[in-house]
Amino acid sequence: MPRLEAVILPLAALIAGLAVFSLFLIGLGKSPLTFFALVYKAGFGTGFSWQNTLSRVAPLLFAGLCVALPARLGLVVIGGEGAIALGGLAAAVTGVWCGALPGALGLMLMASAAFCVGGAWIGTVGFLRIRRGVNETIASLLMSYIAIALMNHLVEGAFRDPASLNKPSTAPLPAALRVGDMPIGIEVHWGLGIGVLCCVLCWVLLDRTTIGFAARVAGDNIRAAQVQALPVGRLITGFTALGGAMAGLAGYFEVTAIHGAANASLVAGYGFTGILVAFLARHNPLAIIPVAILLAGFQASSGLIQRRMDLPDATILVMQGIVFVTLLLSETLYGRLRLFRPDRWEQRA
Amino acid sequence: MSGDLGLWAVPVAMLGGAIRVSTPFLFVSLGECLTERSGRINLGLEGTLTFGAMAGYALAFESGSAWVGVGAAAAAGAGFGAFHGWICRFKGVNDIAMGIALMLLGIGLAFFFGKPYIQPVAPDLPSIPFGFWSDVPQVQAALQVNVLFLVGVALAFGMAWMLRNTALGLRIRVVGDSTEAARAIGIAPDRVQLWATAAGGALAGVAGAYLSLYYPGSWNEGLSSGQGLMAVALVIFARWNPVLCLFAALLFGAAGALGPALQTVGFTSGYYLFFAAPYVLTLALLIFTSTPGNALDSAPGELSITK
Repeated sequence: MPRLEAVILPLAALIAGLAVFSLFLIGLGKSPLTFFALVYKAGFGTGFSWQNTLSRVAPLLFAGLCVALPARLGLVVIGGEGAIALGGLAAAVTGVWCGALPGALGLMLMASAAFCVGGAWIGTVGFLRIRRGVNETIASLLMSYIAIALMNHLVEGAFRDPASLNKPSTAPLPAALRVGDMPIGIEVHWGLGIGVLCCVLCWVLLDRTTIGFAARVAGDNIRAAQVQALPVGRLITGFTALGGAMAGLAGYFEVTAIHGAANASLVAGYGFTGILVAFLARHNPLAIIPVAILLAGFQASSGLIQRRMDLPDATILVMQGIVFVTLLLSETLYGRLRLFRPDRWEQRA
Repeated sequence: MSGDLGLWAVPVAMLGGAIRVSTPFLFVSLGECLTERSGRINLGLEGTLTFGAMAGYALAFESGSAWVGVGAAAAAGAGFGAFHGWICRFKGVNDIAMGIALMLLGIGLAFFFGKPYIQPVAPDLPSIPFGFWSDVPQVQAALQVNVLFLVGVALAFGMAWMLRNTALGLRIRVVGDSTEAARAIGIAPDRVQLWATAAGGALAGVAGAYLSLYYPGSWNEGLSSGQGLMAVALVIFARWNPVLCLFAALLFGAAGALGPALQTVGFTSGYYLFFAAPYVLTLALLIFTSTPGNALDSAPGELSITK
């Protein structure tokens, strides 16, 4: 029952992590019950709190995909932050150049620019991996720093809007090139819808196509994939590029739906939260959706927890860290619990 | 010419800046180097360093002694390192991912407990004025060398000697190159890796204490600019050699100091590009020295990033 195991173990790890976090709160003399009640109230309790939560989901979906897609090939890519920054910059610059075009066309071009730049950036990581054997984790980390430096350099130099004095930014996008809210009755921009769509499409790609099958074979056993003459190199480049393209889209929506220009606000740590999202979802694109909503809900409740419980805003960071650690620790249990191995139920001495 | 060095101000300021900026790089990279020589990788040193910065500052403030702070930071760092070392011995636990998790946890805990210490002023670490012979203020400022830097230099040479010439160093190297071989000669690899990771964490904690107690010299949430993550790249750059770690740290520090130094002579553009130069250099080094199917020369054989 490997499928059941893949659902129950992460859930158990999540609950165990929250239990450890509860002990942490009790140790500080705070009530975990109050804490989780406040998280529910501020994150999921009312229509307004759902709006607050859902408006934070989009970058987590895209950043999660940026980690999950290469991970299915066994690669740990942690540089999504840089692809978000460069994707956002590409979108903003394209938007400024296309200011005169009709809105829909301009938005398409901006999204394409973000998609391509993000894809090229992380795709390079995959390319370096297969061509030169460069470790993808280190390369993506280095490239993330280079990307952020490049973004800051260009935003303060070549692409700077002279009117942005205190916070160097690109020129503000015209209203026609701002993505609006989805027509679903709450104020949540299109990033959520497109992000969910991307998760579904990535799931179809991974679980329902021969390409995805080849990728999973290569991720499980690269020698077997090579023996079967699967195009391992192209798979690695393709999946890292697709992951980077997703991170680029995160930057696109940050620019066009939130900030209206590219600036240092693009570097907001989504890339790192995306790592947690992907691992919690066990790199399953469909599972990324609920995980991202859950984490967004926790983040949305941060303000209320600060005010009501007199806890610092880093409380959510601590909780995320503890959950991440217990989750990774739970990896050691896969295939070792008799509960999930009906074939061994009779073996008990 | 007192006070007016003209363009000489740039190299002088860079020298001082390199020593100041490189000290945390030096400690955290020596820690990572030791850990990686034992075959483990700890990507969580960024969190360890941030927590060490907070713990060091808090304890220095409470006790009134900066050295108590350094000790507390080292102890906290050793705790994080030991936890990482212990947890990674379980089958199926990915040491790279666990490092990232511990990085998030360390940063979270540092911010959580550090909130009350953002305002108070803790005592600073002492420094030695090697620039006493000069009456040029910039030279004096540049040669105001922190004691921890000198400790770090001694440590770099000491660690290189330890790895090369002692039984302990041999054990670490054997475990790092092949846990099979280590087991065959009766060394418990998990225990060696546990201690190497704990010691590495302690050094990362000291690096954090340097940030909060000397330069910039106060605790705040934006204190670390990724020195802990950079350490991983820096150790690769230094080919897992502690003495080369010293020079790599100085180079990274000088690159970081170049931007501000150029600003003092009115050259302001390109600041971010200079800052990114070490990353580009490390990436280029990785690209030119790796080949598919062949691990990096001189890399410990058990290291997961070279497989």
